[in-house]
Amino acid sequence: MRKTTSRLMRGIAVLSVLALGATACGGSDDSAGSEPVSGDDITAALEKGGTIKVWAWEPTLKTVAADFEKKYPKVKVELVAERSGDKHYTALTNAISAEKGVPDVAQVEYFALSQYALTKGLTDLAPYGADKLKDKYTPGPWNAVSEGDAVYGLPMDSGPMAMFYNKTIFDKHKIAVPTTWDEYVDAARKLQKADPKVFIANDAGDAGFTTSMLWQAGSRPYKVDGTNVKVDFSDAGAKKYTDTWQPLIDEKLLAPITGWTDDWYKGLGDGTIATLTTGAWMPANFVTGVPQASGDWRAAPMPAWTKGDKASAENGGSSLTLPELGENEELAYAFVEYANSGAGVQSRIKEGAFPATKAELESSEFQNTEFEYFGGQKANEIFAESAANVSDDWSYLPFQQYANSIFNDTVGKAYVSNTKLSEGLKSWQDASVKYGKEQGFTVE
Amino acid sequence: MSTPLTAAAKTPTTPAAGSGKGTPRLRTPSKKHTPGRPKRSVLLTVLTGLMLLYTVVPLIWLVISATKTQEGLADSSGLWFADDFALWSNISDTFTYNDGIFTRWLLNTLLYVVLGAGGATFLAILGGYALAKFDFPGKRGVFATVIGAVAVPGTALAVPTFLMFSKMGLTDTPWAVILPSLVSPFGLYLMWVFATEAIPTELLEAARVDGASEARTFFQVALPLLAPGIVTVLLFTTVATWNNYFLPLIMLKDPDWYPLTLGLSAWNSQAETIGGDVIFNLVITGSLLTIVPLIAAFLLLQKYWQSGLAAGSVKE
Repeated sequence: MRKTTSRLMRGIAVLSVLALGATACGGSDDSAGSEPVSGDDITAALEKGGTIKVWAWEPTLKTVAADFEKKYPKVKVELVAERSGDKHYTALTNAISAEKGVPDVAQVEYFALSQYALTKGLTDLAPYGADKLKDKYTPGPWNAVSEGDAVYGLPMDSGPMAMFYNKTIFDKHKIAVPTTWDEYVDAARKLQKADPKVFIANDAGDAGFTTSMLWQAGSRPYKVDGTNVKVDFSDAGAKKYTDTWQPLIDEKLLAPITGWTDDWYKGLGDGTIATLTTGAWMPANFVTGVPQASGDWRAAPMPAWTKGDKASAENGGSSLTLPELGENEELAYAFVEYANSGAGVQSRIKEGAFPATKAELESSEFQNTEFEYFGGQKANEIFAESAANVSDDWSYLPFQQYANSIFNDTVGKAYVSNTKLSEGLKSWQDASVKYGKEQGFTVE
Repeated sequence: MSTPLTAAAKTPTTPAAGSGKGTPRLRTPSKKHTPGRPKRSVLLTVLTGLMLLYTVVPLIWLVISATKTQEGLADSSGLWFADDFALWSNISDTFTYNDGIFTRWLLNTLLYVVLGAGGATFLAILGGYALAKFDFPGKRGVFATVIGAVAVPGTALAVPTFLMFSKMGLTDTPWAVILPSLVSPFGLYLMWVFATEAIPTELLEAARVDGASEARTFFQVALPLLAPGIVTVLLFTTVATWNNYFLPLIMLKDPDWYPLTLGLSAWNSQAETIGGDVIFNLVITGSLLTIVPLIAAFLLLQKYWQSGLAAGSVKE
């Protein structure tokens, strides 16, 4: 869900590849293979104790780590939370390439997971019993962490999509809250007419958002089977999306504000941005980032492509993984399980995280939570329904991180020039294919 | 950079051709506008005023914004105060947030500055003095190398340095930041020029004749004469190390070794993550606290700084 991938960061990505070349000769893979690890082994390790290094920026893990240490006094959790997004991945890739300083546990977002899994950077957790946890999780996140029989991480949170809207603005101009994308475009026009300062949404080109929109529209641009990859943005779903979104761009109905900037937080607060279609984790960011608009916003289901259709998509969300070169596997797995499947889930929900586990999503306590920020609305009902309606056949590219980094050079042109969105997607496709081939994938 | 101009203008210049008989006078200095009080120029005043605004407005914005809460930042205009005056709580939050990691970053920055900038200055003094006052084969080669090195930005060397350090196992240690900071071609060049001007060779010869060793000549005769230049180089290297961002960015993984620049950037990017705590107010207050020591250093050492930069500009 990180939006800004600057050229600098890309430079560093190149750097890490160079570092890989410089140190590749020392590589050796002497992991234990897929011998099952019994619960007794893990219990014994917990009793023996030790220190695990965790690289994760998810803020709720701080409490989880403290609770975990309290429960197993001999285990120490070293949590490194200062890096997120690109910086985190650069550091992780560098550490893996240099075979030095690799953490025992690393947070990896769903879109980047297959990249690390494919380069054999992550430990398969199935031998630890992770494969038996499948039914605990909602389909979207589980699909993201598993590949065949292998499980490369446990889902930490999920981002079933919903539409957040500024109720005060819609009420003021007496405009109905859209339930389909056609109504959405309509509402965008009405809002601009009523007040030229108000935009239906902000969109300056955002890979995560666009892929999520395609996901909901039924497009499946990426097909991945091992190292065979197919990229194709020309299916019916993609056309549905571009046909709807193009007019919003052409008529300048979208605020040209990049997400996650201070401008963006400001726009969400002062009524410039009237809706935000994104993952269900957003409330926590609303509370700390847009405190001045408390009470103005509400949640609603994501607009549908045809009236009554409930299909939804995921946006963002991440998992905890065990990098192969990390140590203390038993302890590391015990921590990941505690945080994402065990008692940690509850404490994380209390602090505002959005779970990926069915039991919590369906519990009445969770669904009846009233959000003070949303004027007392029980927003989790909407989010939980969205989570259940995510189709689980979506996949990201094994080099999605790179693909997302070139999004603004390709699709982004549609937002600033006469390039059409569909043309932009085509050039994104071409650039992704080219890169995939260079990396040794078989790409169509 | 108006400081050197003022300094140069303040230096009393004797109107050389003033009294010479029969010397052609190109310009008669009128009594009203002596070199000490040049004629006012509206254009220059306006341009300087604009420059002043350009440099001071961001600073004012920073000071004013540091008094606002996260809520106030979004609600109010950038150049005036919000309803709440939250400077003190912002400062205490900055130092206590995340178990006081800010203090750790501040100490790291100080460590890098003391060892890196201090070391760079020391090396520049030694090298500059030697190049200015000793003749040895290859001096021209050294000169060409130093002049060339001044032109290469440190950023361009960061990547090769990273690869080298990663082979030596030095990345992710404080040495990865300190060692490259020890080299300051510009500092060396400045010391060289300064030493050439400030230390009369006769003085060194006199010291030698009196039987002082080379070390004693350097420390007791040359060093005091170099003081203004040393302060200048020290300020240069301090600013460069204090503000260094790219080098630590690629060298350091462990946040416990971050300098302030990286730490603040990490805080800033918290706003870009799911569930991240948005703390723009602490980023701004932290930035203000970060520049305060630099401003203090400049004000306290201003006297030396000026005479250092002006050295060699006037032939006495």
